[in-house]
Formats: sequence, C-alpha cells, structure tokens
Amino acid sequence: MAYTSRIGVRGYRFESLGELLAKASPERSGDHLAGIASASAEERMAARLALAEVPLLRFCEELLIPAEDDEVTRLICDRFDRAAFQPIASLDVGAFRDWLLSDAVDGAVLNALAPGLMPEMLAAVSKLMRNQDLVLTARKVRVATRFRNTLGGAGVLSVRLQPNHPTDDARGVAASILDGLMFGCGDACIGINPASDEPERLAPLWRLLDELIARFEIPTQSCVLAHVTRQIAAIEAGLPLDLVFQSIGGTEGLNRSFGIDLALLREAHDAGRSLRRGAVGDNVMYFETGQGSALSAGAHHAIDQQTLEARAYAVAREFEPLLVNTVVGFIGPEYLYDGKQILRAALEDHFCGKLMGLPMGVDVCYTNHAEADQDDMDTLLTVLGTAGVNYIMGVPGADDVMLNYQSTSFHDALYVRRALGLRPAPEFEAWLEKQGIVDATGTPIADGRMAALSDLRAFVDGRSA
Amino acid sequence: MSDQKKPLAVPVPGVIEPSPAWAELAGLTPARVALGRSGVSLPTREVMSFGVAHARARDAVHAELDVAKLREELAADGWTAIEVTSAATTRTAFLARPDWGRRLDDESNKKLAAIPREKPDLVFVLSDGLSALALHSHASRLLRTLKPKLADLRVAPIVIATQARVALSDEVGQFLGAGIAVSLIGERPGLSTPDSLGAYLTADPRVGRSDAQRNCISNIHGAGLSYETAAAQIEALIRTAHASGVSGVTLAKRLAAPRESP
Repeated sequence: MAYTSRIGVRGYRFESLGELLAKASPERSGDHLAGIASASAEERMAARLALAEVPLLRFCEELLIPAEDDEVTRLICDRFDRAAFQPIASLDVGAFRDWLLSDAVDGAVLNALAPGLMPEMLAAVSKLMRNQDLVLTARKVRVATRFRNTLGGAGVLSVRLQPNHPTDDARGVAASILDGLMFGCGDACIGINPASDEPERLAPLWRLLDELIARFEIPTQSCVLAHVTRQIAAIEAGLPLDLVFQSIGGTEGLNRSFGIDLALLREAHDAGRSLRRGAVGDNVMYFETGQGSALSAGAHHAIDQQTLEARAYAVAREFEPLLVNTVVGFIGPEYLYDGKQILRAALEDHFCGKLMGLPMGVDVCYTNHAEADQDDMDTLLTVLGTAGVNYIMGVPGADDVMLNYQSTSFHDALYVRRALGLRPAPEFEAWLEKQGIVDATGTPIADGRMAALSDLRAFVDGRSA
Repeated sequence: MSDQKKPLAVPVPGVIEPSPAWAELAGLTPARVALGRSGVSLPTREVMSFGVAHARARDAVHAELDVAKLREELAADGWTAIEVTSAATTRTAFLARPDWGRRLDDESNKKLAAIPREKPDLVFVLSDGLSALALHSHASRLLRTLKPKLADLRVAPIVIATQARVALSDEVGQFLGAGIAVSLIGERPGLSTPDSLGAYLTADPRVGRSDAQRNCISNIHGAGLSYETAAAQIEALIRTAHASGVSGVTLAKRLAAPRESP
C-alpha cells in the first residue's frame, strides 16, 4: 500500500510501510549505507507527516518482513495481545505520541499495555518523538527483574562490572573486579567478555566468578559472554553459571548469522533455569543488541536499523531476561556517525525496550573512528540516567583493553548516581555498607579503613597468573 | 597504557589515592585500575592521560597518508609502486561509507586497466585504512623483512591505496590477474595502540570476496607482533595459499590439519 503526504505544492509518495518508516527515521549513516534513508530534510518530514496518520492497526495488516520468511515476524504476530492493545486500538501513530505523553498515562497503564505493543508500532512513534519525549515516556516505566538482587526499582541505577583482559588472565580479571567493587559497581552483574571462546579457557572464568561471589556473599550474578552453545555445554558439564548470555537481532537471518534461532534460545533459557541458582528470582537471560547489526550481516530486508533493533526486543521479551543491553556506539561510524546519532539511537532503544517491558541497559560507548568523545558520553549518560536506564557498563578508566573501545567507567557510574540521586540495587547497597566500602549516603569510604580490601586483595593474589 | 599512569609521588590536595594494597593491582592488568579519585571523579592527571591517548588515536584516524614518503622508502628497497585511490573522495566519506572504500575510483580503474596483465603470483596493496600512521611506522620495514623470503615468487609492483579498505585489494588483484593479494592496512586505533598494522591475504582475488575467504594477521606494531614473527606468518600463509589456490576458512582448516601432500 502507498502512503502520501503534501508539503506546500509538492506531493510525496511512499510505496510501502517499510519505506515510510525508513524515510521518517532521524538521519543516521547506517540507513544511508543501506540506501533507504530519505533524500532530503523535507522528504524526511513528509514521511513523518504521512506516518503520523497511519493507524496503529495497520502494523498488524502490513508486515514489514513476511511471516513465511522470518520467525521473528511470526513470534511478533503470535505474541500480539489484542486485549492489551485495546486502549490504543483506535489511534494513529501521531495520536499515540500524544497519548503516551498525556498525564493520565502512567507506569501502571504502560506496563499493562506492553503485551499489546508490536515493536514496529514503538519504532514508528519514536520517529515522531523528540529526545525529551523519549526521556519522559521511558521514565514513566519501571521494569524490575531479579536473580540474586532486585534490579530496576525506582531510584536505582545498576552497573555491569566488565573486567575484561586481553588474555583472560585470572589475576588481571580479578584486579579489575576488585577495582570496580571498591567503587560500588557490579550490582547488575559481573560480566566478562572472554578473549578466547575455547571451553578450557572459559571454565576457569566461570569458576573464578562463582568462587568470588560465594566467598564474599556478594548479592550479584556472574556472566561469561561466550556463544550460547558454549554456555549450554558448560551447564551440561556442571560448571557454575548464573546468567546465560547471547547477542540477538531483529531478523531470522541476523540471528542465523549469530549462530542461533529461537529454538536454541529456548534450550538455553531452560538450561539456565534448570540450575536454580537465583536467590530472589529466576530471570536468567542476558541479551545484547545494537542498531546496524542486521545490515552488517546482510539480513536487513531494506528495513531501517532502528525498526529492526526494536524487533530484537520482541525476541528478548520472549525469555524474561534479567538484563538487556543495547551496545549503541560499538558498531562504528558507518552505522552511527557521531555523538548526536549515538545519543539519539540510545534514547530510541531505551524507550522502545522499556515500553516493551524490558529491563533496558545501555552501553554508553564509542570507537576511535566515530566522531565522538568523552563529552558526548557524559551527555548521553546524564540523559539516560534521567530517562531511568536500568544499568550501564563499568569498565576500568572507561578503556576496554580487550574489546578496544571506550565505555563508561566506575567513576562515571558514581558521577551519575551522585548527580541524579540514584543508588545501587538495594541488596547490593546493603552489602557495600556492611563491607565498609560506602557510607550510609553511598559515598565511597577511603580504602585504608576497609576490611574488605585486604580480603579481596588476598583473593586476587590467590589466583594463578 | 601511557607512562603517565603511575600516581605522582607528591600527594595532590583533594585527590584520594588508593592504598598500596589497591595500587599494586595496576601491575596485574593493562586495564586502567587504581586511578584514585577527586570526590567521585577522575583525578586531573588521569583525565589528561586519557585525553592524550584519545588524541593520538583520533589523529591516527584522520592522518593523511604521505604517499611520496612511502614511495621513497619503498624505492630505496628496490620496489616500484603504483598509486590508486578508492571511490571515497574524503576522509569523512571514507569513514561513513565502507562500500566506497572497497572500490577503485574511475581514474585508478583506467590506470590499472592500462597495465599489462602479467598474472603475478602476488600483489601487496598498502592501504591507509583507519590508521595511515600504521603504514608509515611499519609497512616498508615489514616488507624489507618479507622480500628475501619471497625471492622465488613473481611479485607485482606495490600498490599504494588511499582511503582504502581491505576489500579494495580484491579489485586490484583482479585487474592484475594476481594469484594472491595481500592487503597491509592500518587497523582501527585503540587508546594504547594508534599504529597497529594488519595483513589480510586473499587467494584468487576478485570483487565480491567475503571476509570468510581471507586470512588475517593483526596486531603488527611495537608492543605487538614483531616484523620477524609477522613476516614468517605471512610467508606461511602465502606459501599455503600459493600451493592450494585457496584462502580463508578453507585455508585455516588446512593449516590446522596435519600436513597433507600437495
């Protein structure tokens, strides 16, 4: 079906819903690379005018990627809850924006709505929203998840402690973990990106994290971000896994390029839950996503990268994850060119994920060939904190020496908590106080007075190099 | 990591330094641990140290390749060189459009089409990629180490390519009818390494080859792979690809498997 609009004397025509969404998208390099971006600023606004008049129901009728070609489309259609959709069933995309921002719509209304939202509806409305709309609407929604602690409560901002090391050296990893814990970071999880995917190199990392968390009774969870097949094998081998990680995307083809499908994710989810290692809940999955990955894998179906990203959240939602993280600036300037595009994409992803009921975190990050720097990340971090992001990454000095990119540091985490009055997850915060790492106001205590430091140091020294 | 990492001996008012038990951890990892804090923020010296590393990486990304200088160095070692440019006309276009950086511009097309097609065994394509600094620091010296090892092979004149990605070597190799193309290219600068060189080998190069059809040796720089080690690994790849006519995943399997008769 064609969509039309008019600006002055000029008429515009868009041949499909997919074309309309792509041309309505805020400018980003990845959509230009795919050859689907609007050709001018006026055409972009013309597309938004036409999009604002599209009834939300239209997204059920005109599927962007045919169901027979794509299991993600089938999942989205199967899970679409018409009863939950009822409150917005008569709205078009433009009216949906007004409804989301209206005073009567609060967190409880949005939580109830989540099962009635197709990701494409959220992608569409986000394209009509300004950054402040994305902040204010996402901020209404709290998504709490649980494993050994409670993440996502009001006023909580958590941190994944990311202690990566170029050769997975146990003492090097442990040194970074100690550094992060001393800064009150690690409540979302302690999650290592391994340099090697070999099972015999991965096993010591799981054991290290298990021993640490058990010995110091840290109310947090571990993760080693290997391929999901490695993690299933490790569970079968009896290794002590807490969370099960996988990168996912919004098309079947992209997921295939990651070596996964929905059936494999179900198997992984079942395997993770079978261990029953959670203390206060059984959200065991950790997913990472990011705009541009589908184009990179040649599996984008000429759909814009932000809409495909929102579809990835339909995959995530199926498995009740503890954590979902959009790794927004990692992919490089050919998909998100500069700080402005990275900021916009992060707010879109956070908004779409939250509205779908996901515990959204954001890897506030960039690479050295992107037009971005620490100032851009400070701005993004502050805005995401305001929007209520569930968690961010904590990397020593913001410099990931294994993945070679810049993320947020432990110092950054303390900055945003202090600037916005946010706190760690309650169980973790109580642990930090008990260990004498922070005082009752959440301020770090000078380390000379910490009993925990010498014990943790002994733990680090006990690792073999 | 920069040499500015160690805490200053003189205490700075307002900076809370880690105790020795914490500070000593810096010796266990290249990660930026035990940085101290001013309030909850980074001490000035750490902001400066990070700023220097990022500035060097940024300059490396945006540096223009000094083609004349590179050509001179190569000539001193007895190489002749041909210059080509990709379809990305500016650095900005190069960064935003990898597809343009993979193809030759019209003029380079004509230039290569005019060269007699002598079907060499091997062509080296020197590409600025994401760090011209890497080429300046390492390319001619690596080639000096490699040259005597390849005396029995017919090696084409060196091709120097600007605003170029790895896959540009496919088109160059196809034009020359080369059996193998080796792209020596500046890698994405990290904070600690602005001048890392990569080597990507493609057998039977032609437009449309995928990354799965290449073999890569990366991290050639001062603190990474030495020229001797890198040259030995590159030669081994060239020998196997020359004998088998394949590269990429297929070649990697052959290298990993027990040596089979050719």
